[in-house]
Formats: sequence, C-alpha cells, structure tokens
Amino acid sequence: MTTGSLLVLSAILFTVGVAGFLLRRNAIIAFMSIELMLNASNLAFVAFARQHGNLEGQMAAFFVMVVAAAEVVVGLAIIVSVYRARRSASVDDVSLMKF
Amino acid sequence: METTAAVGLFSLAPLMIGIPLATAFLLLLLGRVSDAWGHWLATLAPIVSFTIGLLLFLQMLGEPRAVEVKVYEWLATGSWSVDIGLLIDQLSILFVLLITGVGSLIHIYSIGYMAHDERRRRFFAYLNLFIAAMLTLVLANNYLVLFIGWEGVGLASFLLISFWAHKDSAAAAGNKAFIVNRVGDLGLASAMFTMFALIGSVNFADVNAAAPQMGGWATLIGFLLLLAACGKSAQVPLQSWLLDAMEGPTPVSALIHAATMVTAGVYLVIRSNAIYAQSPEATMAVAVIGTITLLAGAWIGSSKDDIKKVLAGSTMSQIGYMMLAAGLGPIGAAFAIFHLITHGFFKANMFLGAGSVMHGMNDDVNMRHFGALAGPMRITFLTFAMGYLAIIGFPFTAGFYSKDHIIEAAFHQNTVLGVLALIGAGITGFYMTRLMMMTFAGRKRWQPGVHPHESPLVMTIPLIILAVLSLVAGLFMNGWIQEWLAVPTGHEVHNTGLLHITPIGWLTMAVVAVGVAIGWYMFKDDIAETEPQTRNVFALVGRNDLYGDAFNEHAIIRPTKGLAAGLAWFDRTTLDGIPEGAAVVAGGLGNYLRKGQNGYSRSYGLILVAGVILLAAVVALGQLG
Repeated sequence: MTTGSLLVLSAILFTVGVAGFLLRRNAIIAFMSIELMLNASNLAFVAFARQHGNLEGQMAAFFVMVVAAAEVVVGLAIIVSVYRARRSASVDDVSLMKF
Repeated sequence: METTAAVGLFSLAPLMIGIPLATAFLLLLLGRVSDAWGHWLATLAPIVSFTIGLLLFLQMLGEPRAVEVKVYEWLATGSWSVDIGLLIDQLSILFVLLITGVGSLIHIYSIGYMAHDERRRRFFAYLNLFIAAMLTLVLANNYLVLFIGWEGVGLASFLLISFWAHKDSAAAAGNKAFIVNRVGDLGLASAMFTMFALIGSVNFADVNAAAPQMGGWATLIGFLLLLAACGKSAQVPLQSWLLDAMEGPTPVSALIHAATMVTAGVYLVIRSNAIYAQSPEATMAVAVIGTITLLAGAWIGSSKDDIKKVLAGSTMSQIGYMMLAAGLGPIGAAFAIFHLITHGFFKANMFLGAGSVMHGMNDDVNMRHFGALAGPMRITFLTFAMGYLAIIGFPFTAGFYSKDHIIEAAFHQNTVLGVLALIGAGITGFYMTRLMMMTFAGRKRWQPGVHPHESPLVMTIPLIILAVLSLVAGLFMNGWIQEWLAVPTGHEVHNTGLLHITPIGWLTMAVVAVGVAIGWYMFKDDIAETEPQTRNVFALVGRNDLYGDAFNEHAIIRPTKGLAAGLAWFDRTTLDGIPEGAAVVAGGLGNYLRKGQNGYSRSYGLILVAGVILLAAVVALGQLG
C-alpha cells in the first residue's frame, strides 16, 4: 500500500467527519464526526511515519489519541448534563452563548 | 541712582511687609478663636509698619539715599536672575508712610464701622493682606516683585469688594474688578517679557540704565505699562470697574479704591520715568489718558445720586490729574506724587465721612434721602467740609497746592491739556458743592425710621486726623516734596512758594469759584426725593457711567462670547467628531460582526472550515505562483 492511497483514505475519512459535523444535529453524532476527523489525521501521521521510517509521526498519533480521549471525557460529561437539563441532545438547542 | 546696602534700621524693612502678612494669615488660620481680639491685632500690624517706616523716613531725612535690601535670590535660570529685593528710596518711603499711615487710621475706623458684622475678623485679615501686598508693590526693587504686590492688591481688592458676597451685586462687582484688572496685568506682564528679552533683567536700576539704548522698544514698553496703569488706576478705557467697586464696605472704598491701590498705576508710571523719558509718544499718551479720565470722572461725579459713586467718580478724576502730571515728564512727576499724597488724605477723609453718614442713615447711600445732616452729624460735617475745601483747591489747603501745580505744569507743556485740566477743576468745584448741598444742607429728606446720629469716637478720630492733614499737608509739603523727589524723578526744582500765585493760579481759583457758585445755585433749593426724569443728554450719559458698561458689553463681551460659542461649536463638531466618528465606525463594525456569534456550534464549524479552505487556497495559489 503506498503513502498516496493512505492519504487519500485519510482525506476521505476527514471529509466524512467534516460533513457529519456540519450536517448532523445530534451531539453524539457530532462527537463521532470529530473522532473521525482526529483519526483521519492519525492515519496521515502514521502513513508519513511509515514512509520516512521513523517514530515521530507515530508519537504524534499517540498524543492525538490522548487528547481525543480527554476530550471525549469532558465532552460526554457536558452532553449528559445538557441532556439532563434540556431533555435534548441537539447541538442547535444549546445556542444561548451568543451576542 | 546710587544705592547702598542695607545696614542698621534698613534691615528691618522686610518686617514692614512681613508683619501685616503674618497677621493676615494668623487671623485666617486661627478662625473663630481670634474673633474676640483679631481686629485689635490687625490694627496693630499697620501701626507697627508705620512706625518702622517713620523711623526709616527720619533717618533718610537726615541723609537722603536709596537703599536696596536683598531678601533672597528668587529665580536663577541661565543668565537671568531675579532677587526678592526691596528698594527704599525717597519715592517708596513716601508711599510706605501714606499706605501704613492712612491704612492705620482706616483700620481704627473699621473697628467701629464693622462692629456689628459677624465676619469682622475676616475683614481685618483681608485689610492686612492688602497692606502687605501694597507695601510689596511699592517697596519692590524690580518689576517682578512689584507684580507680586500688584496681583496681591488685586486679590485683596477682589476679596474686599465682594466681602458681602451674599449680595449678587457685590459678588458681580468683585468679579468685574478682578477681570478688568486682568487686562491691565496683561500689559504689565508683556512689558516684563519685553524687558527680559531686551536686557535680561527687570530690576529698576538695570532698566533705568538700559533705557537710553532701547530706542523704539521704549515706546512699546511705555504703552504696555500705561495699559497696566489704566487697569489698576481705573483710567479710561478700563475705568468701568471702579464705580461698581463701591459695593464693598466703605472703609475698603476709602483705603483701596481711593487712597492707595488705585494710585498704583501712577506709581508705576513714575517709577518707570526713565522709559517714558525715551518716548515722547508714550508720555503724551499718558497725559492724554489722564486728561480724558479727569473729565470723564468729573462728568460721572456730577450726575450720580449715590454718595459713594460721586466720590468714586471724583477719585477717577483726581487720579486723572495725577496721570496727566505723570505724563508731563519729569516736571510733573513730583507734582503727581504730591497730589497723590494729598488726595490720599482728603479722599480717605471724605470716604470715611461718607461711611459715617451711611452709618447714621441705616446704610442708605442715596443723597436724595439725606439733607440737613450738618446738625446731627457735626464732626462728620466739619471734617467732610475740610476734605471738600481741599479737593476743590480752596487757597492754602492741600489740594490748592497740589492741583494748581499740575494745571500750571499742563499749561506750560500744552495749552489744550491745560485748558481741559482747568475745566476739570471747575467741574470738581461743581460736583463737590452738589454733594455737600445735597448731604449736609437743605431740607430733611430722611426716610421714615431713620434717625441720624453721630458716629462713635473710634470712627470720628480718624476723620479728624485726616481732616487736619487735608488742610495742612499742602503747606508742609509744597516746597519740600520737589527737592525730596528730585533724585527718583530726575528733574530740577522749580520755585513754588506758598504765597506765590501765578496768573494761572488766579484763573484756576476763578474757574473753581464759578463751579462752586453754579453748584450752590442749582442745589440750594428743594431737591426731589427721586431722581427726576430728564432729557438732558449730559445727565443721561453721566448716569449711565458714560456708557462704559454698554461699550464693554458690545465691543468686548459679546464678540468674545461669540468667538467662544464658535470655538465651542468647532470643538463639538470637528474636534470631537474625529474620535467620535472613529468610535461610531468601530462600534458599527463590531455590531455587524457580532452577528456571527450566533451560538450555533455548527455555524462556527462552517466558518472554521471556510477559513481553512481559504488559507489552503492561498497557500496553493502561492505554490503555483
């Protein structure tokens, strides 16, 4: 498998993530889309690491995973408490922080 | 002028200023604690100053000289240095005696006059402040220290004119005096700037020495000093404040606005005689201003019913005589000082007499409500009459010698000025006779409830002393003063014998006699209790102070207000417009942009993506290019 085809896959996954984030209202889906984008970038990291034959890209991928895990912890906690308060998991319902 | 350093008694000179100044601050700072005894302390202060002045005078009498007392170096910047220094010479010591002598008498008088005023202590503190400032003015050895005194007397004058500030008219009069005087101060300040620029010093000695090399600058400085003198001495065109200044308590009118402060302009002109000697134009201007004012003052004095305003008009007029004399060159300078001192006596006398009349008439000043006061107020009447004789120039009284010399000198110099001064003397006879007739003679026109009574001794004794001085001062000073002032005024002595009356002297007496006769004839009969309606242009113009206020209103105040309104408009629209416009633009932009903060996270995401795509496009285009 060449680096090029891995990058194409990564780009497709990222685009799917973006589209999911922009088009879906459900907060859980939005979260999944973000995870998809993060993993698309992880794929790009490891693809380049494989091409160059060093570990830096793989290390970057680990960092991304750690950050993503932390983000999920915080994010899910917010989603749960919002759901409890408003009986809804729609991101459009949480729009009070505005001008 | 040869000056010597201060030794012995002369080193006490700063105390003359220091004692009244310290008393003034003490009384103001102690407050009510000193209410009970403050006026006694304040009366003592000018008496002590007078004693020191008298000792110095006696010492100088034996050995005439000018002494400079350096107190300390005040400013030293670059090549300029200004000392706080005092100059005690023949001219300044006469002023010291006049200020502290008449000042002491007026302090004593005020003890009685202000007895029922609850702010008496404050009044005396201000009086002492005035004495200190006036002494600074006349004792200074340079223009800058003189300026301190000049401003100090302005401040004291303001505080005392508006002493009864609960009356709107008194508060306004104080403001008016202060503001009009600022115009004069501008002249003095500009004159000092010019001196600094030209010779780098404002010491009288340096300026006098440098005057012959000044050329045209002497004319400029001369005119600027004349402006200053006009402001302080209420000369036309800055005369309008003096009549309103009569709102102050009467002792203030006597001390400040008749005997001493208003003569500061004359002092300034004579002190600067070296400059005027270089500039015939400026000297002529002084004489012309003096002549105009002596006629204007006499005119106003002839048409007022308010006794204090008549005396104020007369003060303007007499100071006009002094200015005229000062503008006649060295020959007139000694006469100007002579008249200044005799005027100090008889005008203080008459003002205090007017205060005594008001005291007995429940503070009424309208002469149409007086009449027949010679009986109930015998001492006031007799002392006032002596002042009257002195001011009209009755033979052998003080005014006879001092004023006739001025008229005579004016004739020598310029016939027109002489004739006008002569007419002024006639009008003086008229309006003073009018005042005497309306106040002391004729029918009782007292208002209901008014019971005229003589004032207490503490008020009448100063009157008696001043009345005696009004009569005899001329006899004593006539021959002597020219010789005494020969050095500071720089002129040779003329023979003016006591009984030596020239044709002009006879003529003056005749003109005054005519004025007195007209005054007597017109006011010997009944006088209406209200001001009669009149179409007489002279009377109308005089009653309105020659339209001085109207002129100021139209020529100065309105244009200034217009300019101020224009500048305010410019400031509001143009200057404020720049920052305000910028604020509006920034605010509007912010208002527009904040619409993006709509709270929808997906919309933020879209903007983020769009931004990334834009950046990527830029980078890609950059790669291609």
